[in-house]
Amino acid sequence: MQIKPILSAMRQHKAGVILIALQIALTLAIVCNALFIIQQRLEHLSEPSGIDEANVFVISNQWASQSTDQETDAKIQADMAALRRLPSVRDASPSDSYPLRGSGWDDYIMLTPEQTEKTTDADVYLGDEHLLDALGIKLIAGRNFRVDEVGRIGSRQNMASPVVIVTKALADRLYPDGSALGKSFYEMSKTPSTIIGIVDRLQNQSVDTWKTAYAYQSVLRPLRQDNADGLYYIVRAKPGQLADAMREVPKALYAQNRMRILDPKDGELSFAEVRKRAYDTDRGMAVLMGIICVVLLAITAAGIVGLTSFWVGQRRRQIGVRRALGATRRDILDYFLTENFLISVGGLAVGLVIAFGINFWMIARFEMARLSLSYVLIGVVVLLLLGQFATLAPALRASRVSPVEATRSV
Amino acid sequence: MFSYYLELALRSLKRSPGLTLLMVLAIGFGVSASMTTYSVFRAVSGDPIPWKSSQLFVPQIDMWGPDGRSADGEPPNALDYVDAVALMRDHRAKLQSASYRIAPPVQVPGSRRHPISVSGHAVYSEFFPMLDVPFQYGSGWAVDADTNQAAVVVISGKLNQEMFDGKNSVGKTLDIHGKDYQVVGVLAKWDPQPRFYDVVDTGGFDTNSDDVFIPFTRAIAVNLSNAGNTSCNSNPAEPGFVGMQRSTCTWIEYMAELDSAAAVQKYRDYLNGYALAQKNAGRFNWSPNNRLRDVPAFLDSQHVVPSDTKVSLMVALGLLIVCLVNTVGLLLAKFLRRSSEIGVRRALGAPQAAIYAQFLTEAGIVGLAGGVVGLVFTGVGVFSVGLVLPKDIAALAHVNFSLLLLTLVIAVVSAVLAGLYPTFRASRVQPAWQLKSN
Repeated sequence: MQIKPILSAMRQHKAGVILIALQIALTLAIVCNALFIIQQRLEHLSEPSGIDEANVFVISNQWASQSTDQETDAKIQADMAALRRLPSVRDASPSDSYPLRGSGWDDYIMLTPEQTEKTTDADVYLGDEHLLDALGIKLIAGRNFRVDEVGRIGSRQNMASPVVIVTKALADRLYPDGSALGKSFYEMSKTPSTIIGIVDRLQNQSVDTWKTAYAYQSVLRPLRQDNADGLYYIVRAKPGQLADAMREVPKALYAQNRMRILDPKDGELSFAEVRKRAYDTDRGMAVLMGIICVVLLAITAAGIVGLTSFWVGQRRRQIGVRRALGATRRDILDYFLTENFLISVGGLAVGLVIAFGINFWMIARFEMARLSLSYVLIGVVVLLLLGQFATLAPALRASRVSPVEATRSV
Repeated sequence: MFSYYLELALRSLKRSPGLTLLMVLAIGFGVSASMTTYSVFRAVSGDPIPWKSSQLFVPQIDMWGPDGRSADGEPPNALDYVDAVALMRDHRAKLQSASYRIAPPVQVPGSRRHPISVSGHAVYSEFFPMLDVPFQYGSGWAVDADTNQAAVVVISGKLNQEMFDGKNSVGKTLDIHGKDYQVVGVLAKWDPQPRFYDVVDTGGFDTNSDDVFIPFTRAIAVNLSNAGNTSCNSNPAEPGFVGMQRSTCTWIEYMAELDSAAAVQKYRDYLNGYALAQKNAGRFNWSPNNRLRDVPAFLDSQHVVPSDTKVSLMVALGLLIVCLVNTVGLLLAKFLRRSSEIGVRRALGAPQAAIYAQFLTEAGIVGLAGGVVGLVFTGVGVFSVGLVLPKDIAALAHVNFSLLLLTLVIAVVSAVLAGLYPTFRASRVQPAWQLKSN
């Protein structure tokens, strides 16, 4: 296949060539950035929470009557006892929050009491000695809280606990040599917290962008919060009994004490629902980008079909002449495919520059990550194939032009 | 003449239905994708109180010092109790109110119905006139209710429906957080988005309405703790809500109405003076680092418009541009295929202007058809935007007359723009050439 005649033929219809190349360039730029966004969102929403998601659900319990801290604590303890007695419930723990809640409580973590700059940041989970089992998270070093270590904390209070369990992510951040167990740190307080246990993974309460730097860093404190307003109960059903447990738990709580409010809409959430809500935006963005990619590729393919068909129609006589002079059908087919290939390569080269340009701009404006080369390569391959397939139909029609056309005058 | 071009255009478009359909669909898709994402963008970037937003100001005071500032030196976006109450006491603006979010249980006293949990705000009396809050029955409370810590409440029309069957409930009693409150006002529908008076707690958008408003001073007196965001640079020294009030934790929002540039400058000076006085008193040991932004500037500084919304709009506009490039190519092909026809018309005396009129009419018709298709897709798009976007934002996007008109206008204008170059080429066709070769 000779490229020179193709190039000189292109010079005869510059405008069309430039338009197709431009369209391919823009499509590449948009598609690989969109694919990259899709991949990032999918990666984000498939991050594991570390908990027993299939069986965990959360109750948001609000007290309808006012009481003293002692009374509140007694009510919480009675609730816990009632929940743990239910046949469908494996375990339960009171807490201030739960993973993927959307917002939550985080504290600055310091390695020395004198520090004014934080070493890092971690989410705070309160609970009793049942917290690990209620979440279904795995202890990989040290031990769980003992009953006698569980203390109380008033509402609106923040106090460091002498013993804490931390996630592996936080342990590694504070003590990268793996010696965290038994060591201490300071949580916005002058009194040290000693690490007595390490759990392998527990996701943050919020998965917003600003939390990325502190992902999976959490502190678990053996404290029950006597919040006069309300608190969360994390409940873990026995395997396969989630539906039963979610039906029985509100009944058991109301039987225990009617002066409470469990919101009919958000008062009880399975973890599947929690996960769905937490990643609403990410899923939405991925779907939206997907739709735009598909429409974009379809339009570009249709555009190539349209213009190539026009060129074939315009050159029927020339094709006829070539056929009469001995060119095979295959030669004609190859001609158009090669022509498209050359235009595509030109367009893709320009597209690469635009793609990275857009990406740099988005990094500056929207804290987007650096576009990885593999997405650009995927985009290039997809568009090359798309161009070839789109050209195929008109090119086949061209190859069927009979040599007799050369002799016709119109 | 126009009707003649119209006829010519329709005939030409009918001759190649495939190509015509392709152009119409491309413009339809491009325009509707842009319009759908634009409807979301328009909804979230709108001005919630356009007639007054430039007179409403949010003061920020740096009570944490250099350690607590964000990377760009911004002080916290809310106030602590000490500063909020001091600003209220000094009362330097025309109207002003501190506010914080509450979420108390409410019920009608003596009713057998279970209490429900509602969301609301503790505010000062000037909150209502300052924000032009509309009332269905009654009104806000008088200034002396603030000083007397009166047990009065303004409720939403929604809560009035639930609790009092929508009847005029002014004068009736409502049990809030275990205490009786007298209803003094019932709001008409009031759901400003972005929720400019509570950006700190909502991030800007909220599907839940505010159902109760009670005096700030009363809420503090009965220990009704804040249900919104709390940020602390150091732990409160004392526990409980009282400890929170004595701490430097920020949980109170503040708004002031300043109706002239001079008033704004005076208030700025006042804030600086206040911060300096705090420094002299030893409470702050850093220079004043205040902010005083009007509502649009404050919303902008809080990044209320999600970057996802901007990125989607940008990508959709990219799609529109590709669709237009596509249309330019197809129109070019379509017009040049008719070179011989153009040649004949030119030879028979048609000026270039006539060729322009004819072909731009054709492009315009493609644009109009694309616009109609785009209208349908935009309708579907806005309707189904709730499937892909978070509900609090999707709920704001809606189709209205201006959006529909914009869709049509953009479709026609972009199609005519796309037709310019192909028409220019068509008008340059040399009649002699065409006539000779036939």
